[in-house]
This record gives sequence, structure tokens and C-alpha cells, in this order.
Amino acid sequence: MTAPASAPNSPTTTDKGPYLRVNDLRVQFPTEDGVVKAVDGVSFSVERGKTLGIVGESGSGKSVTSLTIMGLHNTKRARISGEILVGDRNVVGMTEEQTRRLRGRDMAMIFQDPLSALHPYYKVGAQIAEAYKVHHPNASKSEAKKRAIEMLGRVGIPQPARRADSYPHEFSGGMRQRAMIAMALVNDPDLLIADEPTTALDVTVQAQILDLLEDLQREFNSAIIMITHDLGVVAQVADEVLVMYGGRAVEFGTVEQVMRRPQHPYTWGLLASVPSLHGDSDADLVPIKGNPPSLINLPSGCAFHPRCRYAGRNGDRSLTEVPELHQVLERGHLVACHLSEADRTKFYAEDIAPSAGVAQ
Amino acid sequence: MVRFITRRVLVGVATIIAISIIVFGLFFAVPSSPAKVMCGKNCDPASIAAVETRLGLREPIVEQYTAFMKGVFVGRTYAEGSAFEQRCDAPCLGYSFRNNEPVTAILGRTLPVTVSIVIGAAILWLLIGVSLGMISALRRGTLFDKVAIGISLTGASMQVFFFGLILLYGTVYATGLLPFPSYTPFTENPLQWASGLILPWVTLGFLNSAIYARLSRAQMLETLSEDYVRTARAKGLPLSRVYTKHALRAAITPIVTIAGLDIGASLGGTFITETIFGLRGLGKETVEAVNFLNLPIVVATVLLAAVFIVIANLIVDLLYAVIDPRVRLS
Repeated sequence: MTAPASAPNSPTTTDKGPYLRVNDLRVQFPTEDGVVKAVDGVSFSVERGKTLGIVGESGSGKSVTSLTIMGLHNTKRARISGEILVGDRNVVGMTEEQTRRLRGRDMAMIFQDPLSALHPYYKVGAQIAEAYKVHHPNASKSEAKKRAIEMLGRVGIPQPARRADSYPHEFSGGMRQRAMIAMALVNDPDLLIADEPTTALDVTVQAQILDLLEDLQREFNSAIIMITHDLGVVAQVADEVLVMYGGRAVEFGTVEQVMRRPQHPYTWGLLASVPSLHGDSDADLVPIKGNPPSLINLPSGCAFHPRCRYAGRNGDRSLTEVPELHQVLERGHLVACHLSEADRTKFYAEDIAPSAGVAQ
Repeated sequence: MVRFITRRVLVGVATIIAISIIVFGLFFAVPSSPAKVMCGKNCDPASIAAVETRLGLREPIVEQYTAFMKGVFVGRTYAEGSAFEQRCDAPCLGYSFRNNEPVTAILGRTLPVTVSIVIGAAILWLLIGVSLGMISALRRGTLFDKVAIGISLTGASMQVFFFGLILLYGTVYATGLLPFPSYTPFTENPLQWASGLILPWVTLGFLNSAIYARLSRAQMLETLSEDYVRTARAKGLPLSRVYTKHALRAAITPIVTIAGLDIGASLGGTFITETIFGLRGLGKETVEAVNFLNLPIVVATVLLAAVFIVIANLIVDLLYAVIDPRVRLS
């Protein structure tokens, strides 16, 4: 793959270069039924202070990608190849002990359901203090606790000194996710991976959590990967967007490019399945027909072709040839699709733009 | 927490009272009259009547029950004012129909045997079973795991009388490695106490280890797939700490419940083990008493078993509250 090399050169690059660089990452799980190709040649990069949104359905490989970056897969069971450079250190091939030292200190993660992600038996403050202490072995217990309380206050939990002694079940959903964020940021990591951080929360709380993440990002200047299937979340917080399908990247660009001028039929489908508050309220939502592909037995050619209404416009290329990411229209906007430039513009203008909410 | 404990204790007391009423009803449910049993084979109606009077069997059932309970707590006097007057101090559980020995004396002789067997075996099965299960879970799919699972499957499908007899033959009859099991009070000679009980300990311990290994393995595997274990790893904790502090504590909770109930139930008597190894414990005593319709002993041992289970339950509930903060609320 050559095209993604242009991704790090997006206009936002600074002289220091991106903090996280993923090059041609492949993750496979051998199972009794066959090899699951969960991630198949994905490349992207994220700079400090920037947010990359990774979008896709369940099984598109977005969560596997994030867990691989964190080194949380069992290296005996998963076959991982490619490069994951976290601040110039390649995580692929590292020992458990080496990745452990990075986890929680240089890169941290927050999860979808904060109730199950926090240990039910330990006090919230103690769980945060533990995360601090493991990377600051010389810190005393009271220092760690002080730091935990400070972080709880920082993420907007009222009376943090008192709440630090509460158990997770005594917190509300939003408060729990704030506590998770406090735990993730307690060591001031350079990279934060948020795996659907708002999916399990009430809508009103979702916006608060996203605002909080943005505030904290400004303060800590961390690189954030926001994994989600919610395009509204992406539109709100992401600087760049990576759309994944069947373990591969199908579209990449700035949030402006991907949300306003989407080029891949799958992205069109995602946008068309979201209701718009601004557009025609009578417009029908258009779901993407069919189901996400099996990662053991991906469709030949373009993995999206069985669900794509435009497949077959280029002879049988959709069925035989795997499309590579290539630049379209603008610099940095990459799409993996066989449609010609002209066709894409035409179909988008005729079929998609009138009904897609976000793209008005 | 105090309210939690008080409520559990009250429930326990109520349970024991209910059981005592049911068990006492046994006296009147059995087809044969206790007086006839006690009097022996060649007994004339006059003697039976005399026995009935002496045991108070002619009183209304409610009064007999209160007299029995009064005996347990403050003592009672049988056949007051007659030639057979007999004072029975608290806790009075009556007299054996066979030899008129006080039931409390019988319990005092047999209970330590059973308690010794159960405590030694429980330590074995908890230590071996739980650690085997935990290690298997952490090394899932390895040779260690497969061997451990194989052994525990064998153990779980074996019976005490089969495994115990093989062990007895191998270590005592065939080789003479061990003395024939016997009971020496711990206070008399701890070494002899242990060497006399090692066979029942190993028998019960091994068979229960098998069950506990399977249970612990399943629990640990389930816990390891929990989100909070992944969080602990994402924090950068060393695996040893993830396993012990985060996974083990959660996985051990259900094992505490089962262990409490198992130990409580075993204290009520381990009849088969006691019989195989010729030890006069509570279980053996109870079964014999049932065969002879020796009702005072039956009532006493059943009550005692109920008390053990209630106490074990209480301890389990308290441990639960200590382990899991979410329990303290309810």
C-alpha cells in the first residue's frame, strides 16, 4: 500500500511528526473455522492535540485495531504484523512487559460501558490511585490518593475528596465515565483511545462527556482516537476520520472532507442512515441493506460489493479486484473504491445529497 | 452493617426454631411408640405405661415440646416426684433409648471426630482445588490445564467408598505405610491425631478438590473475560497483580458460598467416610440411631446439623458483605 503514506502529510503535520503511526497493520486470529482477518492492512496516524475518528459497523475492525495498539491481545493467539509506532517505539513485537510499561502511562484507553469497566469491589479513588502508583512506584499512598482526587475534580466530579471513597455502583453512568476518563488521564498519556465512550450513556450526558474530552485534550495536548459508530460524535470531535469496513480502511480524510463530501458508497450509506435535524424531516432514512461481512470469508474483490448499489459499474472489477486507497479530488482525501471520479460525483449529487442529513 | 448482621442472625434463629418443631414432631410421626422401643422386647403394658410417664409422653404435644426446649436451655427434671425422678442439666437433649446415656455425652464424644475430619479435609480441598482451578484457568489450553481437568473429572465422578477403600487397601493393608485410621483427641497427641485421620482427609479432600478445581477454573475464566480485568491491564498493571487483586477476588466470591455450605453440611456428619474408616463420628451415630429408632439422638443430631448449616450460611453472608461492597446495601 502506497497511498496511506500521504496520510501523515495532511496539512496539520508539525515538525515533530505524528505521535502514533500505524503502518499496514494486519491482525488475524486463527480459529477452528478459519482465520479471522480482523484488521487487513490499515494505516493511519494521529498527532498530539488532534483527534482521529474511526467509524464503522461492528466487526469492521475498529475495536481490534485499538486493542492491538494497546497491546491487549494475546500475542499467542493473535497474528499481528505491520508497524505501530507510539512515539517512535514499535509496539508490534514488543513483549508483554514492554507494552505494559507504555500502557496507562504513554497510552490509555476508556471503554464503552463504565459500569463493567470499573472493578465493582474497589473504591473509585483507589482504582485511579492504583493506575497512578503503578507508573510512579516512588509515590506514596497518600500522594497517589491526592492525585486521584485531583483528577476526579478535574473531570468535573463534585466533592471529589468524598466521592473518591465511593464505589462504582454508587455513581451515575455519566459520573462513572468521568471517573474512567480521570483514570485514563491520571498519568498524562500522550495518546488516549476512546472506544465508544458515549454509547452506553444518556444523550444529554453524551455531549457533556465529549465536551470534557475536548477540554482535557486542549489541556493535556494528547492525541485521541475516537472509535464510534455514531457519525454525530465524529462530526463534533474529530479532526480526521477513518472509515473502516471488513477490516480495511475504505475512506480517509479530514472531518470536513468525509462528512461534507463523502466519496465512498459505504460512507454514503452510513450518512443516509442517520436522521438529520436540519434537513427534511419527512425524508426517509436509508439503511444499508444486508449485514457486515464475515471476517473469515470476506467477499471477493471489494468487500462491500454485495451491499453496494453501484457495484459492477466498472465491469467486474468490484468482484475481482480489491480496491486500494487512492487520493480523490482533494489532497489527503483517500478512498478505496473502483467508481470513477465522474460517476461518484454524479451518484452522490443525484442519490445521496438530497436525503443525507449531515451533508446538506 | 449492624442491621445487616442482626437481620441475618434473627433469620437464622427463626430457621432453627422451625426445624426444631418439625424434628420434634418426628416423635409422634414414627409408627412405633418410643416407650415400646425403650422398654425392650418382652415388655408388659404396665412397664410401657411407666416409661411413658417417666418420659412425659402422656402430656399434650405442645407441653412436651416446651419441656424439651426448656431442657435445652435451662435443664429439666424427668418424672418429677416419682421414684424415677431424674435431673437433666442444661443443655439437656434427653437420654439414649438404648443405654440411657445422656445425648450430650454422645455428642461430646462423636462431634470432635467429625469436626476433625471435616476441618482437615476442607483445608485440603480448598487449598488444592482452588489453586489447581485458578492455575488451570490462567494456563488455559496447556498441558497443565488438560491434565488438571482430566484428574478432576476422574475425581468428580468417583465415590468416597470406592476411592477410600482403594486408598485404605494401598496404604494400610497392602503396604502398612499408615496405621489404620483412628481418632485420638488433638489435645492428647496432635501427631497421632493427624496420622490417624490422614486417610479420611485425603479421601474427602481429593474428591472435593476435583469439584472445587472445576468450579474455580470456570469462575476464573469468566472473571478474566470481564471488562474490569481488561481495564486493569489497560492501566499497565503487571499480570500478577491483575490476576490476584482484580480477577481472583471476584472469582472467589461464589466459591465462598459453596465452600460454606459444603463445610456446614459435612459437619452434620460424614457417614460414609466415617463408616469406611471405622471412625465413630456424628454421621455414623446418627444413622445407627435412625436404625434403632433412638429418637433423642436423631432429634439432637438433626438439630445440630441444622445449626451448623445456619451458622455456615451466616458466615457466608458476612464474608460476602466483606468481599462485595454491593451486598452491604441490601
